[in-house]
Amino acid sequence: MRRVPIRDVQFAERSEVRGGTLFVSERELRESVLEDRFIKDVAVKIARPGESKRIVPIKDILEPRAKLDPEQDVFPGVVSEVNYAPGTGTTLVLDGVCVMTSGSLVNFQEGLVDMTGPGAVFSIFSKKNNIVLVIEPAENITRHDHERAVRLAGVRIARYLGALARAVPEYEEIAYPVGDPVELASTFPKLPRIVYVCQTIAQGLLHDNYYYGVNAQGCLPLLMHPTEFMDGAVVSGNCAAPCHKHTTYHLQNNPIVEDLFEEHGKTLNFMGVIAMPVRTAFAEKERICRQAFKLARMLCAEGAIISEDGGGNPEADLMFTTRLFEKNGIKTVLVTDEYAGSDGASPGLADITPEADAVVTNGNGNQRVVLPPMDETIGRLETVERITGGHAGGLNSDGSVDMEIAGIMGSTNELGIENLRTIAI
Amino acid sequence: MIIRTVHYVNQFFGRIGGEEKAGIPPLVLDGPVGVGVQIEEEFKGRIRIVKTIVCGDNHAAENIESVSSFVLDEIRSADAGFFIAGPSFGAGRYGTACALFCREASKSLRIPVITAMHPVSPGVDLAKRDLYIVETADSARDMKNALSKIVALGTKILDGSPIGLPAEEGYIPRGIRINVREKERGSKRAVGMLLAKIKGEPFTTELPMPFFDHVPPAPAIENLKTAVIAIGTEGGIVPKGNPDRIEAHNASKWRSYRLSGIDRLAGGEYEVAHGGYDPVAANEDPNRVLPLDAARACQKESEFASLYDSYPVTVGNVTAVRSAEKYGREIGEMLKKDGVDGIVLTST
Repeated sequence: MRRVPIRDVQFAERSEVRGGTLFVSERELRESVLEDRFIKDVAVKIARPGESKRIVPIKDILEPRAKLDPEQDVFPGVVSEVNYAPGTGTTLVLDGVCVMTSGSLVNFQEGLVDMTGPGAVFSIFSKKNNIVLVIEPAENITRHDHERAVRLAGVRIARYLGALARAVPEYEEIAYPVGDPVELASTFPKLPRIVYVCQTIAQGLLHDNYYYGVNAQGCLPLLMHPTEFMDGAVVSGNCAAPCHKHTTYHLQNNPIVEDLFEEHGKTLNFMGVIAMPVRTAFAEKERICRQAFKLARMLCAEGAIISEDGGGNPEADLMFTTRLFEKNGIKTVLVTDEYAGSDGASPGLADITPEADAVVTNGNGNQRVVLPPMDETIGRLETVERITGGHAGGLNSDGSVDMEIAGIMGSTNELGIENLRTIAI
Repeated sequence: MIIRTVHYVNQFFGRIGGEEKAGIPPLVLDGPVGVGVQIEEEFKGRIRIVKTIVCGDNHAAENIESVSSFVLDEIRSADAGFFIAGPSFGAGRYGTACALFCREASKSLRIPVITAMHPVSPGVDLAKRDLYIVETADSARDMKNALSKIVALGTKILDGSPIGLPAEEGYIPRGIRINVREKERGSKRAVGMLLAKIKGEPFTTELPMPFFDHVPPAPAIENLKTAVIAIGTEGGIVPKGNPDRIEAHNASKWRSYRLSGIDRLAGGEYEVAHGGYDPVAANEDPNRVLPLDAARACQKESEFASLYDSYPVTVGNVTAVRSAEKYGREIGEMLKKDGVDGIVLTST
């Protein structure tokens, strides 16, 4: 992976990277977004760390990436051909830049990012140079079409900007190993074999994820090299509450993958990733959990980290999978967040099992915050009363917002990319 | 400033007598009594116990409300700024009284309070969320330790100083979870925890499994033909425009909307306020979540006597369990008052 550090973003006539600055051409970006007949118009905005700007409502956030080899591509199967070899070769990253998709509300699950002030403490995206696509959908289209158009626009722009990294000679390079199970087991025979199970919700509008362009609603668990995430194998359908939705950025930069790689070959043997859809009906949950367990067994896993996606019903899958793993000798650690009420006094999970004795929590999404007014809103400020985490009357006349951190993008991220947690007092 | 304080003890610590005196009604003594003398001394001039209320354990248990208002009246008339109850150690009736009186004094009079007891005392669950309960052993042999912790924590409460973690301050965990920042991000902590678990080394889960209440189902309806049946949902089906602005998530309210004279919910007249599922199918046909059409069909075939003329609704999407319990209780009370025999609750 080659990370090209980007310290600033500026508008320019032509898109390019020069001297650590990403220059973006509004015209080029607009042309790419407006290729889609489901999109009527788009405005391109820039929000930098420390600026008095509030972005809301945000659907997805992506990191611009590309493959060095022109025969390969990022986001395989989504907007590129499927004759790919993802997870291998050289991935290029514009490090420090994000693409955000915004514009009129598709549904409640869209979030907020403040670039300064107390809200900025809650989100890694407040520390990024953000290129925001404020998208106006074509008239009389369905919500599903609106969501798809916005999602694909984000992917196209992230891919388009990522390709600019090809011409940049300054980068940091990190190598990640890609091995097959036999090779991994024989290279590190004494280290415990670990798999990572990543839940991805597959339940409908703004509750979906896409594996290689296929809606995960129609998928069984997918075994992947950890590096496949880095190339955009899983794209977020802008799923679930803002605080704990895995945006595409979170999946590309999956911190559990990074931190397992950090220990790979030293204290553990990272055997692979199982991406696991989360459906609503019990029969579907059981089918999928058992398949995930089967894949873990085929890799002879001795330990597993299982991360949740969303909250509520995915906890049934989380607990069922944990029971299967633990009863068959695979030690598990769960990564989740909580909804313990604004007073912190409610049980924060919807399902439990005694085998879940090792849990990492990324915070209580119901914590209330008051966000002071910002000089500029990118998007539509009035939506803060309707998005998840907001409430009627939450927007004050001075532009300050009273809401739960549930509405802040990634604030209780269930991949553990932030350092928030709860403690009991 | 010396803080005027009222102290509550049972008949034993009030030096009236043992179990044979457990039936005595409350009496008020001037100044500190017994353990109260030690407490006042250890506060080193910060407080003065102006009154001691002594009550028999049985009397308090059997007349908890009247004794509670008696205690509140005494605190008020003493113009006290602090209330101490116990320590009650493992004593059940005494612990219950201490916890309840502290809770009421804190809620109604808004004055600082403190009590102390053993973690299994029935008083703990009554009040741990509302106040600091110092943790003690189960008998008065732990008196010295109990008093020093009451004084240390009590002083911080009176000063309004920040209160540390349960283990640091010696209080019983209140069951409240607050957000804090860790040095390491969550993913890193997860990897560390997994390695410890695999090696058999000690680790501490960050989220012990919560405890869920068990709700026993109501007895079956004996004769459906004569029953009044309601329909209701947590699926957020509300009149178009969501007039009461029920939140998409962690709803702060439930509402009841009229069904009389309506045969089926028309798409376009109702909508989904719920933020936890794909709303498209139910916006198109709201009966898919709130089955009024099916209920009317059953009613026509006289499968039950009548359909209740409104429907309770909230949004059950990452809604705090305590709120859900409250809405459930209120909805149940409304239905019961209106003579409803059963309800079909649809969930999403």
